[in-house]
Amino acid sequence: MVLFVIFCPIVAAASVMLGAPARKTALAASILTFAAALFLFASSEYGQADFQHVTSFPISPEWRLSFTTGIDGLSVVMVLLAAIVTLAAVWFAGAIERYENAFYACLLLISGGAIGAFASIDLFFFYAFHELALIPTFLLIGIWGSGNRVAAAWKITIYLAIGSFILLLGLILLYQSFPLGSRSFDIRVLRTAASMGQITADAQRHVYLLLLIGFGILISLFPFHTWAPEAYAAAPAPAAMLHAGVLKKIGLYGLLRLAVPMLPEGARYWTTLLVVLLLGNIIYVGLVTVAQKRLDWMLGYSSVMHMGYIFLGIASFSVLGLTGAVVLIFAHGLSIALLFGVAGELRGRTGTLAFDELGGLARVMPFAGLAFGFGVFAAIGLPGFANFAGEIMIFFGAFRNGWEMGRFHIFQIATVLALWGVVISTLYMLRAYRKTFMGNIREQWEKLPDLRPALRVPVTLLVTALLCYGFFPQSLVPLVTPMFRSYLSTEKSHIPNMQSYSHGAVRRPYAVRLNQENAPQGRGYSIR
Amino acid sequence: MIAAPLLEIAVLVLGMLILLLEAFAAKIDKRLLAFAAITGLVIVLLASFFVARSPSLSDAAGFWSFYTADRLSIFFKQFALVTTIFVQIMMIDYAPVLRSSFAGSTSQAGLGEFVALPLFTCAGLMYLVSAIDFVFIFVSLELVTVSFYVLISFTRRNPLTLEAGMKYLVLSALSTAFLVYGIAWIFGATGQTNLYRLTQALANPATDSGAALLGIVFVLVALGFKVAAVPFQIWVPDVYQGAPTPVTAYLSVGSKAAGFIVLIRVLQPFMNLPQTQPLIFVMALLTLIYGNLAALPQTNLKRLLAYSSIAHAGYLLIGVVCFDVRAVAFYLVAYLLMTLLSFAVLIIVAQQTGDEISDFDGLAKRSPFLAFAMLIGMVSLAGVPFTAGFLGKFYIFYAAVWQRQIALIVVGVITVGCGFYYYLKVVRAMYWQLGDKTDAIGVNALSRVAISTLVLATIWLGIYPQPILDALRR
Repeated sequence: MVLFVIFCPIVAAASVMLGAPARKTALAASILTFAAALFLFASSEYGQADFQHVTSFPISPEWRLSFTTGIDGLSVVMVLLAAIVTLAAVWFAGAIERYENAFYACLLLISGGAIGAFASIDLFFFYAFHELALIPTFLLIGIWGSGNRVAAAWKITIYLAIGSFILLLGLILLYQSFPLGSRSFDIRVLRTAASMGQITADAQRHVYLLLLIGFGILISLFPFHTWAPEAYAAAPAPAAMLHAGVLKKIGLYGLLRLAVPMLPEGARYWTTLLVVLLLGNIIYVGLVTVAQKRLDWMLGYSSVMHMGYIFLGIASFSVLGLTGAVVLIFAHGLSIALLFGVAGELRGRTGTLAFDELGGLARVMPFAGLAFGFGVFAAIGLPGFANFAGEIMIFFGAFRNGWEMGRFHIFQIATVLALWGVVISTLYMLRAYRKTFMGNIREQWEKLPDLRPALRVPVTLLVTALLCYGFFPQSLVPLVTPMFRSYLSTEKSHIPNMQSYSHGAVRRPYAVRLNQENAPQGRGYSIR
Repeated sequence: MIAAPLLEIAVLVLGMLILLLEAFAAKIDKRLLAFAAITGLVIVLLASFFVARSPSLSDAAGFWSFYTADRLSIFFKQFALVTTIFVQIMMIDYAPVLRSSFAGSTSQAGLGEFVALPLFTCAGLMYLVSAIDFVFIFVSLELVTVSFYVLISFTRRNPLTLEAGMKYLVLSALSTAFLVYGIAWIFGATGQTNLYRLTQALANPATDSGAALLGIVFVLVALGFKVAAVPFQIWVPDVYQGAPTPVTAYLSVGSKAAGFIVLIRVLQPFMNLPQTQPLIFVMALLTLIYGNLAALPQTNLKRLLAYSSIAHAGYLLIGVVCFDVRAVAFYLVAYLLMTLLSFAVLIIVAQQTGDEISDFDGLAKRSPFLAFAMLIGMVSLAGVPFTAGFLGKFYIFYAAVWQRQIALIVVGVITVGCGFYYYLKVVRAMYWQLGDKTDAIGVNALSRVAISTLVLATIWLGIYPQPILDALRR
């Protein structure tokens, strides 16, 4: 089943290139992928920390390299996200003027690459699939982009190529820092070895920094974010949806999958740096976002800014914060896809996204206004949307880190500042909504048609998913908590002198407290 | 089981037979000669899988003290044969261009020699990878070089080609002089020319290692010229651009691979001297920086590939610094596939439009097949996963990380970024730009098969490299 989810889009991409009807094949493939992902999601067991549906083909026994796929709680959430956004992106794409087949093949390749990265248990194939997903975005921006497409395509290509080579070096170093006996490309083997303390603290610091920069460039961590707004502004809407919604999340997934369980000492060492950088994302980029005069640039910057919250969850290194990060990854992927999708439709109609030239569009395009409104409220983090659930978990998780009466720790400062970020995002999101959809309408826009009726399907899909997990985050949470709990607990039991850690998660039996205080009483949730 | 030297003899005999046929059977279609050469080479290639091993280096005597048939050399003999086969296929495509250079005579004048000469080069390459004695290295290197003198200036009516031939002749003769001088110093210091006995002599504290080191510096100059390493790379762009394109492909793959295999063999005895590694380190660093930066502004594809060949020499030199023979050998295989692929497409397209990058504008519309093949070649050269080029870089960087060559790694990452820029320029031209011409480009069946093979092999090795690694295990 996992293999089907990975290769369905890739095979479809190949057949589209060979001449199958582009849009129909793409749509069918993405619906099939979505159905399969939904099935995997529904059938995955709660409270299970191990990989399921594992299949393995040995490639190089000498290097202990094998093509191994499987999913656990974290992967299945990401695969579902990728499948939903792919379906929405393909649905939004519509008819393409030139090279239609290549366009859809690129979309499907991104999807297949991303799902492959999420479902790979092998380090090498994780990296290879992540690259496979990145390449088509360059083509998508370069060929079908708008505005300053060539410059944007070059910028993103060079940036991400260097980023992924830094990442590759980090992965090689990670592989080599294990002693010969436990050296393997299998993430499970590496993780077991790491939990037995087989990576020296020194190696952890080096590898973590490389991974942070390598993934950070892809996630658009401040100050490596400058490629993102330009690329998203130039990209065709489906490419922006997939890139901001899914591809960036590969970096976050990589950090959660590799850095958090294997490199706790590295994470501790670089915490202060990471917190400063993520505040740069939230505050600095947030303010830059307010100053934007075009809707697409505004959305690009806002997606950079929201990465700061997710980084806060990762930096907090507590079960609650990490879980919140996963929920927010999921929610942000959906909401930004919705926003980029609608913005792309607007650009297709008006030819401009400058705030000065828009206004009052809700009168002629009520459905677009409604859809965009949902996206705006989700992005702000209005209670009821999944973004809210994620953000609140992150804030609680981060704030309780290293909490001591009478002392103010860096995490408390960071959380307070990050909370102000919510105000900033409210400011720019609502302003953008007002300038685009409210107010007086210009004469030239009075004849604009609304979104085509078929687009109700993807919009409904995205909004439903957002609301669904906003009201019932407990259907996601128990999928990922057992894993994080086992990460953090093994670390506690195997590394002596844990008092030196400044993180509350390590110092206190956090897992138990989470259960007692925050556990939603959902299905399958067991108190251990 | 076949004795290993029979392979080279077979190739030489094949070359002479083709020359004789060319001289005495004047009426036949000369392309038949190329097909005969390809068939012969394929048979030799098949035979090379059944070669008896030579005695081990320590008790080798007589012929075997300067010729070895170890695993590495057999592997690279096959490498040379495969390269020559693909070059022959390209030469068939190149025949019309050749004709224009021999105006006034029959339509196929010169084609026979053009087909026969690479066979002698091939024999030279095959001897070279087996050579374990400085004298034998010198002789076989000259066999390769002399046949390249003729091949490079083959289309002699073209002034660019003449310039290229002249430059190659002068500089190559100079580098040969360095080689001989270096060998003389090494022989003077140690009294040995056999590489194995040289190792023992250098381990002897009575040996004057300073004189031997001076000798190896001169040898490095000569080999640096062969592999196009900075600062001995000056000839590369002009010669690559001026030479007939199949010869350029041959030069950039065959000559470079042989150079690297000799480099590794020659350096083995000297790796114990502390001064050797820094020398190559500096060469690698300079080559990486120069090759990649100089490739950035190129607008001519042949020239771009010339600079890219310098850049790849830099990555290969990282492998030599770390002395990881398998990483270097795998990289060479990947380099063979992707470079031959790029040149094969270039030859076909260049006959229609030209060899500027702008001549590739809109190729995706004119021939999706060629554009896709070029795309694979370029992304593999750039180092995108699921292609052979990526795994080559992966093994090289793996060795570098293992040995903590920080400076080389940092420079390597930056140059990989540069590589993405200049290789994707070609992709941009093919897919993003719209060209003036829209008529389809025809590809004959043999080239189609050859190009498809190269594409499939590039992707296959990028996913499943184990067969090559197994073949290289010693």
